Amino acid sequence: MNMVVCVKRVPDTSESEVHIDASGKDIDKSRLSFGINECDNYAVEEAIQIKERLEGNVTVISLGGKDSDEVIRMALAKGGDDAIRLEDDAFAGGDALAVAKALAGAVKGLEYDIVFTGALTDDDGYAAVPVALAELLGVPHATYVKKVEILEPGKKAKVGRELEGGLMEFLEIDMPCVLGIQTGINEPRYASFKGIKQAAKKEIAVKSAADLGLDAADIGEAGSWAVLEQFTPPVVGEMAEILEGEPDETAAKLAGILKEKGLV
Amino acid sequence: MDFALSDEQKALKQTVHEFAENEIRPISMEMDEKGEFAWDVVRKAARLELTYSGVPEEYGGPGLSMLDNVIVIEELGWGCVGIASAIALNQIAILPVLLAGTEEQKKRYLPRITDSDNPRLCAFGLTEPEAGSDAASLKTRAVRDGDDYVLTGGKCFITNGGISDFYTIFTTVDPDQKYQGITAFIVEADTPGFSIGKIEHKMGMRASQTAELILEDVRVPASNILRGEGQGFYVAMETLDSSRPGVGAIGVGLARAAFEEALAYSRQRVQFGKPICRQQAIAFMLADMATKVDYARLLCYRAAWMLDNGLDAIKESSMAKYTGTDVAMEVVTDAVQIHGGYGYMKEYLVEKFFRDAKILQIVEGTNQIQRLVLSAQLIN
Ligand SMILES: Cc1cc2nc3c(=O)[nH]c(=O)nc-3n(C[C@H](O)[C@H](O)[C@H](O)COP(=O)(O)OP(=O)(O)OC[C@H]3O[C@@H](n4cnc5c(N)ncnc54)[C@H](O)[C@@H]3O)c2cc1C
Repeated sequence: MNMVVCVKRVPDTSESEVHIDASGKDIDKSRLSFGINECDNYAVEEAIQIKERLEGNVTVISLGGKDSDEVIRMALAKGGDDAIRLEDDAFAGGDALAVAKALAGAVKGLEYDIVFTGALTDDDGYAAVPVALAELLGVPHATYVKKVEILEPGKKAKVGRELEGGLMEFLEIDMPCVLGIQTGINEPRYASFKGIKQAAKKEIAVKSAADLGLDAADIGEAGSWAVLEQFTPPVVGEMAEILEGEPDETAAKLAGILKEKGLV
Repeated sequence: MDFALSDEQKALKQTVHEFAENEIRPISMEMDEKGEFAWDVVRKAARLELTYSGVPEEYGGPGLSMLDNVIVIEELGWGCVGIASAIALNQIAILPVLLAGTEEQKKRYLPRITDSDNPRLCAFGLTEPEAGSDAASLKTRAVRDGDDYVLTGGKCFITNGGISDFYTIFTTVDPDQKYQGITAFIVEADTPGFSIGKIEHKMGMRASQTAELILEDVRVPASNILRGEGQGFYVAMETLDSSRPGVGAIGVGLARAAFEEALAYSRQRVQFGKPICRQQAIAFMLADMATKVDYARLLCYRAAWMLDNGLDAIKESSMAKYTGTDVAMEVVTDAVQIHGGYGYMKEYLVEKFFRDAKILQIVEGTNQIQRLVLSAQLIN
């Protein structure tokens, strides 16, 4: 089985305050730490587990600058075989569709049975890349995948999709296909020290838009359907009331409102 | 000169940090409370090759350099000193075999440690009730009998004692010869006459097991001697010279953890109308803590780097060990102070840190002995 895993390096905003930067189109990332997108970490593990069971090859692809090598190498250290990093100024400012076009450009040059991506990213959260990627490749897809069972290697798989309320939807899917992996599908391993040392020696092929045969007018911001205008903090709306004061005062006010509206 | 870690070193550090954060921290308070050895975590650590990181690839290990190992041990010290010590002492106990073992001994004993599906541990048995700092005065006797030696005596305070597969036991073939009589043996745990005495009840480092070893007519083949009769003291000293930067690094990790707790607490604790970190007395303490962590780390890195490059690093290893661990004690003391009364309570990590720090100034040669070694090097 030939597998491809798409990974993204994202800022970790879980424990830091997030500020919008001067451009108004991004957040200030200067003091944030970065790591692999959470779902992608599970996608890497899923591909490696399948490789260990059925043999095959895992190619890791990431769209991003040199900094992304760090997440690529960690995926290699865990068991990935080859790596491609897509870097070009022309990729900048792309929406989910433009990102999918770049990834599709790279995947098309490979033999693949399954392309794994995360179901969504921690930063943009579009959850659209796996779907768009499958469309561009002309293959079926499933997202929010929380179970993968290979029925016939290279031909057919059974996948479980996580729906609202923990419900699982099972479907059979033909390969090649794109699977958007949800967190919790497996238990991502730690890389072994030997793996880390071997990964440090592996080559990461860096490819530009031209290398992939992509037209600059069709990718990045130019090739996007959605263009980011501006970030703003949520505006205090008419329906919202912000309580101010010391904790005991705000708690008293809140209790008053809840009682008044008959909610408690 | 380049102070940056390589990408490979960053990956090692990140991996072990995540391991410490996800596997060690969540159970460290409970293991400390119960004083229980964390076998589960140690097994998981073996899967990363963490328990035998220094074993070369030809013997089934990942062959980490001393510097790489110091980098990852700091993360373990950050996680829990007890668990870090159980792992680090295993690494230390492998050293006599690596440094002084014959090919046959290496092939026989290292695979037991590097089997990540069924990892086993080993221990370093030097200290005796009447021979602590003055290790050369040890009394455990080895008497030749044909192709064997018969060992009689006892060891105390042995980390991983009772849970190890084999032990390096330092004995004397002739107490009158002092250090020239000292002879090191590999002793398998199931050898008749070898048993475990008291399991210690400790102030800190409680997730590691410390035990007394009893040797009553333990028959060991001469082929289990490390480097030869009378060579044991040198084997012990070479082992300790190599292991000291790692013990310093446990201290650095602990100090960093305590600093992080203190910084976070001082930001949110409000007294006199503002967070206490806005009081200059506290802010300056934080500045000093951060500086200490950094200089201690640099000394550990340098000593390890010198060892990797085959340089004589007796002085620098001692500097690294006592600075890393003295800094740990100083920084945890300030971290408790910054927490005020809360820092004295078991609910807070710094209470555990405070108890854990003390042991680091005592093990692997007390910090007085480190200064003794260092000053002798300076003066003579
Ligand atoms: C939890 C724990 C785990 C341990 N694990 C191991 C292990 O795995 N293997 C092992 O072999 N040992 C181990 N030890 C033993 C440890 O290495 C010794 O405790 C240590 O070397 C000190 O020996 P001692 O306790 O006999 O103290 P002593 O040597 O009696 O020292 C008492 C005090 O006198 C000071 N002192 C002694 N001589 C001098 C001097 N010449 N100049 C100045 N000051 C001096 C010391 O610094 C110390 O402050 C462990 C100990 C503990 C507590």
